[in-house]
Amino acid sequence: MSNIPNDLRYAATHEWVRPESDGVFTVGISEHAQELLGDMVFVDLPDEGDKVSTGDDVAVAESVKAASDVYTPLTGEIIAVNEELEDSPELVNSDPYGDGWLFKIKADDPNEVESLMNAEGYKASIDEE
Amino acid sequence: MTSKTALHAKHLEAGAKMVDFFGWEMPISYGSQMEEHHAVRQDAGMFDVSHMTIVDVTGKQAQAYLRYLLANDVAKLKDKGKALYSGMLNEEGGVVDDLIVYHFDDTNYRLVVNSATREKDMNWLLAKAEGFAVTITEKSDFAMIAVQGPKAKEKAATLFSAAQKEAVEGMKPFFGVQAEDLFIATTGYTGEAGYEIMVPKARAGQFWQELLEAGVKPCGLGARDTLRLEAGMNLYGQDMDETVSPLAANMGWTITWEPADRDFVGRGALEQQKEQGTDKLVGLVMKEKGVLRAGQKVKTENGEGITTSGTFSPTLGHAIAMARIPAGSPDTVEVEMRKKWVTVDVVKPSFVRNGKSVL
Repeated sequence: MSNIPNDLRYAATHEWVRPESDGVFTVGISEHAQELLGDMVFVDLPDEGDKVSTGDDVAVAESVKAASDVYTPLTGEIIAVNEELEDSPELVNSDPYGDGWLFKIKADDPNEVESLMNAEGYKASIDEE
Repeated sequence: MTSKTALHAKHLEAGAKMVDFFGWEMPISYGSQMEEHHAVRQDAGMFDVSHMTIVDVTGKQAQAYLRYLLANDVAKLKDKGKALYSGMLNEEGGVVDDLIVYHFDDTNYRLVVNSATREKDMNWLLAKAEGFAVTITEKSDFAMIAVQGPKAKEKAATLFSAAQKEAVEGMKPFFGVQAEDLFIATTGYTGEAGYEIMVPKARAGQFWQELLEAGVKPCGLGARDTLRLEAGMNLYGQDMDETVSPLAANMGWTITWEPADRDFVGRGALEQQKEQGTDKLVGLVMKEKGVLRAGQKVKTENGEGITTSGTFSPTLGHAIAMARIPAGSPDTVEVEMRKKWVTVDVVKPSFVRNGKSVL
């Protein structure tokens, strides 16, 4: 069973969200998602300053097996991207909730995060797959 | 209902992720597909290929039958144990399957055919045998393990008896020999040296375990696919099938045209295709970010084509693919990737051999 930290929120499309401060959230993909995709070879990230809406495909996680769209779980502005992934996409595999983060977003409405699943809800949604 | 190989329990024991592969429950990887790939390029890896079908063809007319059945000519095989790669064609000149045939003598051959096409192949072999004095026997009492990589032979040999060591001593590539309970062949699907070993089912689990202890890394179907693609080897059902001519699948070298009076299944259609010209299977290389995948559209100066296989090449660090395109020799073509057209280089469909780039 893959690791699903309790302090994060999750989207059904396997992104996780970590609240930082000032309405900023860090976003990545779950351990379960990276297991499904397998060895990551490229991560195509959005540009800083992009204005994005919930559900937009903003990044592509490309593994040996498949290319998978990553959707923003929140509406707002991309304020940082994980440039380490340019040379080390495997961080998404080895540390999906840490060094393998994808981008940081400044949410238009920080309360939107409440609409995402908690760890328990996400676990249940995986079990249904 | 899925079939399980004799090594199924060993895969679960090693924590493999199992998938349904044409009715067989097989390991896709045991953790990192990339590490498995590198193990084969740099050291030694092993694959359970027990799902492949082994068929013995024996009898007075075994040679005559195979000379009719196959586009390559088994009469070229003089040495005991020598193997040959061939397409088995239908009357329209499409590929029913590709296979390896081992020659023991003119009345005794062994074929190894694909698992995905097992039933179709068996029916085909039997149908074409009509009128020939041959016996066709499927051998289901073996497991098969491919041990591949620069250190594969050395590590596998630690399991061999004195007689088996002697039997494989100095054996050239593409030979097979029965040595006591093992059939040991210098064949493979990775572009590396190594063996494909048929081992009696009862001994298979133990043999696998001993290979593990000799430092051979278990590898799944995922790594098998990236390795064969780097080596420029076709995958049946993907790079060719019944609707594709071997001439359009980089298999022209497997067709033996001479002697001209040898009649083999599909010969008439093939001669016509040759005269009219066919598509060609080429290699594609893309060094920019992104990965080529099977089924992408290809635009060339001579018309449209399609990628038949594509992947990220772990050895080269960029994307490679095989594509079937109209005849001609463009230096570059365009591939449609995620709604964008990307220009990529055209090369011969072979990318890596013996651990090194051949680009």
